Amino acid sequence: MITARRAVLLVVIAVHAIVLSAPWVAPYDPAEQQRLLAFAPPSRLHVIDAQGRWHPRPFVCAIEPSADVPFRYTENCSRTYGVRLFLRRTTAVGFTTRRTLRLVGVDEPGAMFLLGTDEFGRDVFSRVLIGARISLLMAIAAVTLSLALGVLLGSLAGYLGGTVDAMVSGATELVLALPWLYLLLAARAAMPLSLTPTEAFVIIMVLLGAIGWARPARLVRAVVASARTNDYVTAARTAGASTAHVLRRHLLPQLPVVLVPLALQLVPQFVLGETTLSLFGLGVPEPAPSWGTLLASAQRPQVLVDAWWLLAPVAGLIGICVMYYTLARTLRPGPLVSRL
Amino acid sequence: MSAPTGASRTSVVRAGSAALCLVVCLGAPAACRAEHAGPTRGGQIVVAERTPPSTFNPVLAADAQTHAVVDRLFADLIHINRRTLKTEPALASSWSVSKDGLEYTLKLRPDLKFSDGHPCTVDDVVFSFNVYLDESVHAPQRDLLLVGGKPIEVRKKDDTTIVVKMAEPYAVGERIFDSIAILPKHVLGEAFAKGALGRSWGVDAPPESIVGTGPFRLHENVPGQRIVLERNPHYWKEDGDGGSLPYLDRLVFVTVPSSDAEFLRFKAGEIDMMSRLSAEQFAALSSARGYQTIDAGPSLEYNFLFFNLNDLNATSNPALAKRQQWFRQDAFRHAVSAAIDRAAVVAIVHRGRGEPLWGPVTRGNAMWYNSALPRPARSLERARALLKGAGFSWRKDGALADRDGTLVEFSILLQATSVPRGQMATIIQNDLAQLGIRVTIVPLDTRAVLDRVQRTRDYDACILGLVDADADPNVGMPVWLSSGEQHFWNPSSAKPATPWEAEIDSLMRQQISARTFADRKKLFDRVQALLAEHEPMIFLASPDILSAARAGLANFKPAILPHYTLWNVEELYWRPAPGR
Repeated sequence: MITARRAVLLVVIAVHAIVLSAPWVAPYDPAEQQRLLAFAPPSRLHVIDAQGRWHPRPFVCAIEPSADVPFRYTENCSRTYGVRLFLRRTTAVGFTTRRTLRLVGVDEPGAMFLLGTDEFGRDVFSRVLIGARISLLMAIAAVTLSLALGVLLGSLAGYLGGTVDAMVSGATELVLALPWLYLLLAARAAMPLSLTPTEAFVIIMVLLGAIGWARPARLVRAVVASARTNDYVTAARTAGASTAHVLRRHLLPQLPVVLVPLALQLVPQFVLGETTLSLFGLGVPEPAPSWGTLLASAQRPQVLVDAWWLLAPVAGLIGICVMYYTLARTLRPGPLVSRL
Repeated sequence: MSAPTGASRTSVVRAGSAALCLVVCLGAPAACRAEHAGPTRGGQIVVAERTPPSTFNPVLAADAQTHAVVDRLFADLIHINRRTLKTEPALASSWSVSKDGLEYTLKLRPDLKFSDGHPCTVDDVVFSFNVYLDESVHAPQRDLLLVGGKPIEVRKKDDTTIVVKMAEPYAVGERIFDSIAILPKHVLGEAFAKGALGRSWGVDAPPESIVGTGPFRLHENVPGQRIVLERNPHYWKEDGDGGSLPYLDRLVFVTVPSSDAEFLRFKAGEIDMMSRLSAEQFAALSSARGYQTIDAGPSLEYNFLFFNLNDLNATSNPALAKRQQWFRQDAFRHAVSAAIDRAAVVAIVHRGRGEPLWGPVTRGNAMWYNSALPRPARSLERARALLKGAGFSWRKDGALADRDGTLVEFSILLQATSVPRGQMATIIQNDLAQLGIRVTIVPLDTRAVLDRVQRTRDYDACILGLVDADADPNVGMPVWLSSGEQHFWNPSSAKPATPWEAEIDSLMRQQISARTFADRKKLFDRVQALLAEHEPMIFLASPDILSAARAGLANFKPAILPHYTLWNVEELYWRPAPGR
């Protein structure tokens, strides 16, 4: 029987596999604008045609813009396009074209927008997927960085004690006392603003990591400080073991038990951090989609009334948070249900 | 004067006024019957402003929010009708111009009174001009009263006549008197004599101390919440039947910090009209009952993309200097312009309620619109040919490179708070990607954008919008003169950088002293043609003025000059309706 822990793990692996392979899973290039299909609603997948016949392969109908009202569309099921797997799509780049393999899609001129389109006619589903890749990868990289910093500073403070401990603990308290979101916004605003998506990705990752080290450092310091008074540690030191040896052999191996759940809690927090920065225009710039930039275009109330599908990243954010927090809980000892 | 924000000029109603009336009557026959029965007096309307006014002193009013309130409290001698864009008598019942164009003689209306019942005389008029022209007062409109660099001279001829002398002929003519408020000498004379006029009529002034000749007077001011104006019983204007105006008893301004909040409060019935709606708000209201929504046509706002053409020290920023080599080429700018899909800008950003632009004058400003300008459709092929001709080439991956093999990429600055310009940038980014040009978008706050454009000049390209405060091209002087602060591509230059900029300088100076409209039009048409020929600004689009009010509000006639909906507030009234 699959345990709850294993089920959660499977979900996490599946989600990450999909997100990592987003450029291939996404039916469209996230920057591709089909302006005549702006604010198109999510495509309906059909299995029964106008004559009432069943089709094993789902299909979409052609969508046509309304002649009178802008951004209103009607389905024309006299022209249908079957959903295909493993198809090649042509994307224009400059005056050349690039052919890319897509997992799923429909032949042109058909269009399949699983989560509708935005104001420029870009496929929201593809943008959410690619955005998830950017947001998640950045968060995971930033968590790795903050854990590395935290382990380094925390273990030194916990093991050496004295002045080093006082300094690191003081710095930790200071960083924890500051509202991290405002700190992040201020730090990002001080950076150069004209950045390519890659530069922005690296800068935000470093910023998140540099601000997020305090919690792991405090935790590591506590674990190391309490462990170093254990008899086996005292025995090793008496036997002449070096600091590095004691840390490596006796103290650091105790950390994963506390660090893994912490890392799992930090990931969604950093995803939110990146989303917030992008929401305020300080994150990854257009046309690269991140969940924050996607949500920024859905801020206007009227957009929410007219194009609710632009809120898809919110569902993604909630899903990521729930998934990571559930995984963190299942990794703790004790039955899952009592933890939930 | 033009303001770099994104807000307004004048409008010609798309359908003529007769057609509009027909539509209104077909849609609401009961309302039309009520209108024919004569206007109803009484009641109030509530409107929203983003921020409270910064002063009640009309001499010091500078921002649109302050003008919205203050312009209802005061009147001018000659007024520009916001709808026809032509001048009409206000406190002055008539005027004449001397043959040499240097002297204006204005006749004041008889029996004028301030809102406190005190007579308004020629002495008050002379006093008002003295206040505006006094350098120590720092009136923002003082510069507009300088002709040929010299202040106009205003003197009393007799008890009803004022004579205004100008140093040289002034093409703007009597439009110069618009928005110059006539002040009560009996209230402000002492403060002015003591040099304390700048401290008079601040937002903490007692309501009864603010005295003007506008349709309303101040009744209550609850700072940060609301300002209540009440009907001025001594107002000079009458309706067509000789009845006194205004019809409404009260006009209430409430402070609502955002357009979205204003829209929600309008729909909740807390606000009676909205001056500027976004296209999506307009679309939502158009299909709802109980509102009148009016598209007053293209505004006097023009949005444009421009490149950094400043003469900079190449050693301090070699990368920018390299990019400027592209920007300086007419062919490069024309190629960018040809690649931009203006129709998509109008369709996406303005939801079809706007106008694509190839020049700074929109169709809304019919008097000065140059219909002969070329307005080529988008053509990537033409853009490509232009770039090829200028020595650019494409690499195998489709990216554009210059003669030296440097990849063509640049950034576009824009105001982070402007959603429409952000959308324009995204469209341009995608359009130029199809030419193999990589564009980065850099949203900054307005102050930082202007600082980079006008002071440090450290940027590649920028999208801005300007809103002409009048239909006359004279308001564009700071933009088109090479010495102007708003000559954005190369502001405040000591001398024109190119022969065509020198020609524009000369044309703009000639038009200001030309005597006939035809001469001025010819000169300004040539300015527009030169701008199209060299494209220092790549004009994008102009949004329509979209306004809405409750269905029961009569005489609601939005204009394209500010204030878009309150310009005829004295004529607004509520049609009788059950429950109102």
